[in-house]
Amino acid sequence: MTATLILQVVLLGLLTGLVYALVAAGLSLIFGLMDVVNFAHGQFLMLAMYAAFLLHAATGAGVLLELPVVVVLLFVLGAAVYRGMIARALSVSTNRGMVQIFVTFGLGIFLTGAAQFAFGGDFRSITGGLLADRSLVLGGLHLPLSQVAAAVVCLIAFAVLLLISRTEFGRALEATREDRDAVALIGINRDHIFALGWGLGSATVGVAGVMLAQFYYVSPNVGADFALIAYVTVALGGFGSLLGALLAGLLIGEVEALTALLLEPSLKQVGMFAIYLAVLMFRPRGLFGRL
Amino acid sequence: MLRLDGVTAAYRGLKALHGISLEVPDGAIVAVVGANGAGKSTLLKAIAGQVRAEGRVEFAGQRLDLLPGWRVARQGVVLVPEGRRLFPRLSVADNLRLGAYARRGDKDRFAPLELVYDLFPRLRERLAQRAETLSGGEQQMLAIGRALMTRPRLLMLDEPSQGLMPRLVDDILAAVVRIRDRGVTVLLVEQRLAEALSIADHAYVLQTGRVVLSGPAAEIAANAEVRRAYLGG
Repeated sequence: MTATLILQVVLLGLLTGLVYALVAAGLSLIFGLMDVVNFAHGQFLMLAMYAAFLLHAATGAGVLLELPVVVVLLFVLGAAVYRGMIARALSVSTNRGMVQIFVTFGLGIFLTGAAQFAFGGDFRSITGGLLADRSLVLGGLHLPLSQVAAAVVCLIAFAVLLLISRTEFGRALEATREDRDAVALIGINRDHIFALGWGLGSATVGVAGVMLAQFYYVSPNVGADFALIAYVTVALGGFGSLLGALLAGLLIGEVEALTALLLEPSLKQVGMFAIYLAVLMFRPRGLFGRL
Repeated sequence: MLRLDGVTAAYRGLKALHGISLEVPDGAIVAVVGANGAGKSTLLKAIAGQVRAEGRVEFAGQRLDLLPGWRVARQGVVLVPEGRRLFPRLSVADNLRLGAYARRGDKDRFAPLELVYDLFPRLRERLAQRAETLSGGEQQMLAIGRALMTRPRLLMLDEPSQGLMPRLVDDILAAVVRIRDRGVTVLLVEQRLAEALSIADHAYVLQTGRVVLSGPAAEIAANAEVRRAYLGG
C-alpha cells in the first residue's frame, strides 16, 4: 500500500463526503426547523438525479443548465409537499408524531414506485458531456473531474446556505425554529416560513442530486442508500446544525473510504454504522446538536 | 378604536370568557384588571387571534375575529404576551429586527428603533447579547421593543410587571405612558391594580369571564367593590 494510494483514497473520501454532507444538510434544515424528519428525502434526491439525467438526455445541456432547473423544481416540490401534506399532518389532533412519519414514509414509497413505473428499474447514467470520463491529475493522483466538480458545487451550496442564514429570511427561519407559536405575534406566517424551509431543504438535496448524477448511476432505489447515510450524518452532526452536517459528512466520507481500503470494500458501511452506534450511546445530540 | 361585542372563548377546554363587550378608544390606555383566572389573558389572546373566539372583534372598522394571529398583528394589533415569548437564542438586535420582518418592503422599517432605544436605553447596550441572558426586566423591555418594531396601532400588554422589582415596574409603566403619548393605543392587563389604574384612562374589571364593572380609571380605583372583585371574592 503506497502513500499515493492512501492519499488518493483520502481525497476521494473527502469529495464523496461533501456530497453526503449536502444531502444531510437538506434533511437537517427541515428537521431543525420543525422537528419533522422527511423520510422521503432519499426519494427527493432520486428525483433530482432523474431530472438531471432526463435534462441531459433531452438537451445534452451541461450541468450548468441542469443545476438551476432542478433546484427550482425541487424547491417547488418541497414547498408543495409541505403545503399539501405536512401542514395537514401537523394539524391532526391525535397521534401527530406517527402521522408525520407515515406521511413522509408513504410519500417516499410512492415516489419510488412512481419512478419504477415511469423509468423502469434499469440503472442509468449520464454519458458524455464536459465532466464525463476526465480526471484531474495531480502528481500520481487521479481524481475524476465529475467528483471534483460535485465537491466544489457542494461547498458553494454550503456557502450559499450560510449566506441565506444571515439574511432577514434566515433570521425568520431561526425565530420560527425557536418558537413557532411566537412568530405570529410579530406578523410572521409560520406556514409560509415552513413552506419556504421545505423548499430550501429540497432545493439543497436537488443540488446534491444533480452533481451526484454526473458520476453515479440513477435508479428508482438510488435514494435509499444515500438517505441512510444522511440520517447517520445528521445524527452525528447534530439535528439542525449546518456546520455539523458539513463536518459529519466529511467524516462519514472518510470513514467509509478508509474502511473500504483498510478492511474490505464490501464492509465500507461498517465503519459508518459503528460511528452511528457510538453517537447514539455516548453523545445522542451529535457533535453540534442542541437537543 | 377596538370594539368587542359579546366575545366568548374557551381556554384549554374551559369556557373562560362569557360574552365580553368592551371598547378601547384611540389614544387611550385601557386597563383590564381582575383576579387570577378571571380571563384577562384569554381576552388578549382572543383579540390577538391566538385562541379561537366567538363574537365580534372589530378594530378600525375591520373584523379581527376571523383572522389568523399573524394577520391580526399585521393589522397593527400586537400582543406582548405573558412570559414574553422572545427568541431566546437570538441576539437582542435580531429579536428587534424580527419585529420589522413583516414590513420587509419598507425602507424605514427600522425607524422605530430610535423610540425603542429612547424608552429602554439599556437594550442598546445589550444588542449583541442573546435574549436568554437578559434579566427579567430587560426581557420585558425587549418584548415591548420587539412589538414596537412592528409599528403597532394598538399594543396589548399582558402583565408586563410580572416577576419584576417594584422600581422596574414603575419604569415599565412610565414607558407605557410614553408609548401612548407617541400615538399608540394601549390595552393593559395587570394584576397590580393601583399601578395599572394610575396610568389608565378607562378600566374594566373582569370576574370569572365577565365584565362586572367599567368606567373611568379614577372612579374604578375609588370603588370599594373593586377591591372585592380584585381579590376574587
